[in-house]
Amino acid sequence: MTMKLSARQHKQRLGFSLLTLMTFLTVIPIIGVVIYIVYLGFPAINLEFLTGFPREGMRDGGILPAIIGTFYLTLGTAIFAVPLGIGSAIYLSEYAPDNRATKLIRIAIINLAGIPSVVYGLFGLGLFVLFLGFGTSILAGSLTLSIMTLPVIISTAEEALRAVPQAFRTVSMSVGATKWQTIRKIILPQALPGILTGVILGLERAAGETAPILFTVAAFFLPSLPNSPLDATMALPYHLYVISTQVPGMPIKIQYGTALVLLVFVLSMNLIATTIRSRARAKRQW
Amino acid sequence: MKSKQITGKESGSSIREFLITALIKAAGYSAILFVGMIFFFLLLESFPALREVELSNLLSSRWYPIEDYYGVLPLVGGTLIITIGATLIALPFGIGTAIYLSEIAPRWLRDTLKPLVEVLGGLPSVVLGFLGMLILSPYLRIWLDIPTGLSAFAGAILLGGIAIPTVVTVAEDALDAVPKSYRDASLAIGATEWQTIWRVTLPAARSGVLTAVMLGIGRAIGETMTVMMVTGNAPILPTGLKNLFSPVRTMTATIAAEMGEVANSSTHYHVLFLIGIILFLISLAVNVAASAVVFRQKKSQGHILS
Amino acid sequence: MNKISIRNLTLTYSDGVQPLRDISFDIPANQISVIFGPAGGGKSSLLRSLNRLNDLTDLTHQKGSILLDDQELLDPTLDVIQLRRRVGMVFARPVVLPLSIRKNLTYGLEVAGETNKDRLLEVVESSLKKAALWDEVKDRLDDPAIALSGGQQQRVCLARVLALEPEVVLLDEPTSGLDPISTGKVEESLQDLKKEYTIVLVPHSVQQAARTADQAIFLLQGEVIEVSSGDLMFTNPQEQRTQDYIQGRFG
Repeated sequence: MTMKLSARQHKQRLGFSLLTLMTFLTVIPIIGVVIYIVYLGFPAINLEFLTGFPREGMRDGGILPAIIGTFYLTLGTAIFAVPLGIGSAIYLSEYAPDNRATKLIRIAIINLAGIPSVVYGLFGLGLFVLFLGFGTSILAGSLTLSIMTLPVIISTAEEALRAVPQAFRTVSMSVGATKWQTIRKIILPQALPGILTGVILGLERAAGETAPILFTVAAFFLPSLPNSPLDATMALPYHLYVISTQVPGMPIKIQYGTALVLLVFVLSMNLIATTIRSRARAKRQW
Repeated sequence: MKSKQITGKESGSSIREFLITALIKAAGYSAILFVGMIFFFLLLESFPALREVELSNLLSSRWYPIEDYYGVLPLVGGTLIITIGATLIALPFGIGTAIYLSEIAPRWLRDTLKPLVEVLGGLPSVVLGFLGMLILSPYLRIWLDIPTGLSAFAGAILLGGIAIPTVVTVAEDALDAVPKSYRDASLAIGATEWQTIWRVTLPAARSGVLTAVMLGIGRAIGETMTVMMVTGNAPILPTGLKNLFSPVRTMTATIAAEMGEVANSSTHYHVLFLIGIILFLISLAVNVAASAVVFRQKKSQGHILS
Repeated sequence: MNKISIRNLTLTYSDGVQPLRDISFDIPANQISVIFGPAGGGKSSLLRSLNRLNDLTDLTHQKGSILLDDQELLDPTLDVIQLRRRVGMVFARPVVLPLSIRKNLTYGLEVAGETNKDRLLEVVESSLKKAALWDEVKDRLDDPAIALSGGQQQRVCLARVLALEPEVVLLDEPTSGLDPISTGKVEESLQDLKKEYTIVLVPHSVQQAARTADQAIFLLQGEVIEVSSGDLMFTNPQEQRTQDYIQGRFG
């Protein structure tokens, strides 16, 4: 009996080709976008651009205040979101009973993840800027961004904690460790790389967001760097928005240069996170 | 013979252990607190709008706050048309890519492409909006021969791109979770891989794929910066397909563009919060629906296995 | 003299399953008590009751009484942390903690608040010697314990329990994954250990039960069928079901 390609196998070939094409149509623009920005933004990058203040109504000079501002905001977000997010993940993974309250927490986290970023901006404006009187400040912006970042940190950290074998917990408690001792001495160190990955991915999102900082922290232009958490600041994403939509006659080179710096800031965090994850997976002994 | 008397409830669980446990528990419940607080503040700040603006005004098709016209319909319509457009793009490309990565691609290719797709998810939306303005919309203007490329169509394309990583990641996980034995059983009775994908694997993963699509839609509805930069921001009520190629304005873009300019506690300010609470409720509905699918799926799997 | 007395013990899980029903027997001090019987008979559940590790499972109900030196172990106000230091447990699968060999041994003492370096050093050496592992690992105490062979890891687990200086040592099929030589070493050390400790062993075979038992308890489907000295149990069992099991007719 000869085995010829049947009609259904031709159909399969066609289908596979179509899916391959779709995948590459999805992926190639991503690579294209990154290369394009690097190509057009790179000529703008020099020492003055990275370490100087904007001049000539931002049409010349550097973007230092925006870089510093985004750094402060990321740091501020980390200060609030990291302990809270890890604590929440520990609760869900190690303590939470399987009941309605826990289910409610999970639904709340899913919802936090889905709330539009601009709505976080509204909330931050209402609560932190106006009600608590922080004004448009790094503090208000960081708090807003940290609540937005929480779900990312919680879900990745919980996953990392749950991946630690149950046997370690049983053994640790069987030699008389308390639950917290078990978590601190055995579970957390083992889950650390996974938690770190989640934290960095969460902060990456915070660093790149514009909408939540529009009304809570971002300043169009400031002649000096912020001195305290209660100062407003410039920030990279907002700066890119401003110079590409609000400033007429903006040199295109500076726009692409700013986009490139933001992209490098965000993608290097992504790279660090994925490197930590894959390294930890390779080293893991359980 | 040693004989120590064991006393007290848990000597190890000293005050320290008790405090730490309490802190962790508080952190655990914080998510509920935050959702509650967000809802409360949106409600608090949007409530005056319902008193100050008549319902017929709010439900009209004219958004012109300077003259106290607060019709939100054009904004809702703008969000709707762009979200539908984005879904039509993200659905086939997202699911197609997920199937390719999970079922067809060799392992090394999958391990290369999946992180790349995740990078797309991590690109700041302001960067995509920036490129949309500078590259996409000029080309659209020329190709489609329309007055301006800053249109609902440009927004739909970019939002589709933004929703794709969400759809791919979640759907790929769902496909990957289908037991290998299902596929083997199908192949063993002579089905091709293509038939197996459509008749066995995809149906088995359908609730996960559905969740992926819903989360993608949620992502598209909530996106702000990109749509604000590429859709032209004209608050015109879309009435048909032709509006796809003309400027529109979404709810998110309206808040982002106007909140910076309004006086605190003015009517305009309260109406913007009202739009915020509509967005909040939409995302709540989408996400509760998406998670309900996940929870139901887990339950039914549990019954099969036990 | 009895170290542990179990009276009318019944355990119920949340799904209604009762792994143990109305169990009563005594465990004499400084002997090896062997609990044997077919799989699923409740041996592990019984062992885990003796240091309240069942608390970590979805056990909903424990009825009856377990006395350790006249102290009620099922008392809900009991300090389980202290109990677990007095009643140590070695599991079927050797699970070393993801720490160095040394830290695996000192872990139990350190979480109990022991900070004296000399004492910790001394405990590491003495417990490794008792578990017949000292000569093999004394030069690489700071290597990760996971790098050891399966047999060595199981002896680390035994040494880890001995380091706590418990009164009772529970062993749940401690040699199930080991080769015959390692098994021999573990069984040998048990004979030494019983001078200092009360040992409760769930063996991984009837042969091992016969080799090690001072006292033997035959557990079948959650019930105690027969309790007698090791010699008597394996040469002249009183119950038909015991005889059938020992001779390999079921289980």
